[in-house]
Amino acid sequence: MKANRAVVACALFALVVGGSSPAAAQGGSMSGMSGMDMPGHIMIPKGAGYTKADVEFMQGMIAHHAQAVYMSRLAAGHGANPKVLALATMIDQSQIPEIRIMQDWLRRYNQFAPDTSSWHTMTMAGMLTDEQIKALNAAQGVEFDRKFLEYMIQHHSGALKMVEDLFATPGAGQEVDTNVFANDVVTVQTGEIGIMLKLRKDQKP
Amino acid sequence: MHSARRLIALAATIVLPALLSAQTYPSKTDPRSTLKPGRFDAATAAKAMRLVSLSPTPAQFDSTRGLTFVNSDLSFGTHYVYQGNFAGFTIWDVIDPAKPVLTAVYECITSQGDPTNIGNLLFISAEGAGNRNDCGKSGVQDPKDHMAGVRIFDVTNPKAPKLIKNVQTCKGSHTFTPVPSKTDNNIVYLYVSGGQGARPETELAGCKNGTDPADVTNSMYMLDIIKVPLDHPENAKVIPGARIFTGLTPSPDCLTFCAPATGGGGRGGRAGAAPDAPAPLPTGPRNCHDVTAYPEKNLLLAACNAYGILVDISNPEKPFRIAALSDTNNFQGRHTAGFSNDGKKLIVTNEWGGGTSPMCQSNSMLEMGGNTILTLSADNKKVTQRAYFKLPAAQSAEENCVAHNGGLIPVPGRDLYVQGWYQGGVNVMDFTDADHPTEIAYFDRGSIDPPPGADIPVAAAAGAAGGRSRGTTGGSWGAYYWNGMVYSSELNRGLDIYELQPSADISANELAAAKLVTFEQYKPTSQPKLSWPAAFVVVRSYLDQLVRGSGLAANRTAAISAALDAAEQKRGGARGAALTALATQVDGDAKGAKDAARVTAMAGEIRRLAAVSK
Repeated sequence: MKANRAVVACALFALVVGGSSPAAAQGGSMSGMSGMDMPGHIMIPKGAGYTKADVEFMQGMIAHHAQAVYMSRLAAGHGANPKVLALATMIDQSQIPEIRIMQDWLRRYNQFAPDTSSWHTMTMAGMLTDEQIKALNAAQGVEFDRKFLEYMIQHHSGALKMVEDLFATPGAGQEVDTNVFANDVVTVQTGEIGIMLKLRKDQKP
Repeated sequence: MHSARRLIALAATIVLPALLSAQTYPSKTDPRSTLKPGRFDAATAAKAMRLVSLSPTPAQFDSTRGLTFVNSDLSFGTHYVYQGNFAGFTIWDVIDPAKPVLTAVYECITSQGDPTNIGNLLFISAEGAGNRNDCGKSGVQDPKDHMAGVRIFDVTNPKAPKLIKNVQTCKGSHTFTPVPSKTDNNIVYLYVSGGQGARPETELAGCKNGTDPADVTNSMYMLDIIKVPLDHPENAKVIPGARIFTGLTPSPDCLTFCAPATGGGGRGGRAGAAPDAPAPLPTGPRNCHDVTAYPEKNLLLAACNAYGILVDISNPEKPFRIAALSDTNNFQGRHTAGFSNDGKKLIVTNEWGGGTSPMCQSNSMLEMGGNTILTLSADNKKVTQRAYFKLPAAQSAEENCVAHNGGLIPVPGRDLYVQGWYQGGVNVMDFTDADHPTEIAYFDRGSIDPPPGADIPVAAAAGAAGGRSRGTTGGSWGAYYWNGMVYSSELNRGLDIYELQPSADISANELAAAKLVTFEQYKPTSQPKLSWPAAFVVVRSYLDQLVRGSGLAANRTAAISAALDAAEQKRGGARGAALTALATQVDGDAKGAKDAARVTAMAGEIRRLAAVSK
């Protein structure tokens, strides 16, 4: 359970730091920690009200969210326009608590709970490639806005795909917290995709 | 198309003021910001509200595991409160609000369990993927056993509810809103809301999940409607839904009415969707989260994704959109809706973070997670966004907090909304002045969980006896005024009953006037029109408001007060004559008064009282 303690420390650190530092979400200061990788197999106790797919969804979505938070925290330092910055702040402030909700859920069922650095080692639908992360980091101002919107639409679409896959798995997505959370992801991220399409349209000459 | 022309004629224009009145967070010295945590021993803070009773969640639903057993919404009938739960429902006898009696606990896995009682029937929302036809606990093994829609119970004997029908719908039911037929007392329509995708046809025939708004066979992009014959609820059935979303773009830029795709022109329809949208992305709002009806005004306000949608329900089987408003300032998503009693002010709430996240912290965005106040023009065609209102007290990171459900408090002459903010507690918003909503009362507890520093080690928390993991979701799902009391469904702790207390912001007369308005049955999402009997406390409510707001010169309010006292001492015709004379004087006072409308309204109330004093 050593890994779990490290995860708590990590998660708390990210929460305390709040919106101020991209490095916190990136896990830069925690990069020396080991044991952050996903374990090779997932044990589901007999009679559990959840499935392996639920656990994988929660674990994967933590990494997915963590990358979104990382991307969002770049906005302030990359000259994003006020609307994009507001959107980025909104994503940051809503996904950090969701990461905590997912971690709490995994811990409640004695499952491994990834931390906010997990996006470096896990790849889920829609997540940015290393090249895209580099490109986003290199962009400023209007170019940053353009890339941010493009990548975050891609990223959010991936989250919708993850939910779709979850519900397409027999028996999955029934456990109440998973069900509510997955539906919330759809509601929120569908709405945010709408906002981003709008911002992107506004941006075009 | 004739209908298209008619719709365009009803086109609403939306006016967004350049600057909405700004709210600023108070310092964290608000007493609510630093309350000691605890499930049943948390510290409390209150203003103009008194806790009358807390009835703990029954043992069957005692939740230490996430949302599986949380309480959800409320509905009210005779002397019973029906409290939904994700795993069933509870019926409380509240004939003595200080000592509610547990009448029934019905175990039935049914997230999220939003209840509505009509006569001897109780309707319950079912949305979750694990809900079964037979209410069973072990999940859906065969898709044919999946129940998503509305369950109907017979509660003729409230001690022994009986499940009589499961009405299946393609998208399930997150919430639903009852609207009575105008012509047949035996018919009630349920407008069904929910944010999830449609079920596969293999699970429920006729359902189709799609992303094309123009496809009329698509189960999405439609408000589902169930028609219930009350004398034969077993015959309740889904009727064709209302495609109130047609033409709305996914992005919140469709400020004026967007013509339906078939109507041509406009910025709506498929052409309005961003041409570069990736193919599988959903376009436009596809469903609503909650809708609130005001049957008396033939209006429905639907909270649907990026839009608040105003709908005409003159014919409850054929609702159509009048206006759609999105928040281009802050892109708030829409959760719950409500009307002022005159139907001219609208409230839409933004459940930022879904209700399980702590969105009222001192650094949380102030423009997200609260209420938006809008006003409607006389012809109902123009909607104007006026102000935001968020819980004005920072909450801790342990407290899931965001605007949630509420209802009006029947104080004559004022627009008051009591509302739950999850662990942000319960408060009362005065939105009489739509540009400057203010808080006039509240009750709050400390968080259920201790702060992180005092947390139990994670490894010990999981499954440990009595241990609670962090992240316990709790607080007020909704708070509603019903027959003199405020009822709040606490997700975790149970049923709270509060009584409003007189204060500088609300007088004893106003509270007494509110108690004159009673309803045999009450479901807040189907708003009843509030009306008051002729009474001295009603007149004095207006008088108190004129004194409080300096709406009339102090010497006149004092004289009117004395005249009312004197008239009350008289009986019959003498009282009537005194009141009639006073009403004439008050008519004259209106001229030159700062709040002439209120003075005139008071004169009307005096005259109404005179009429019954014969």
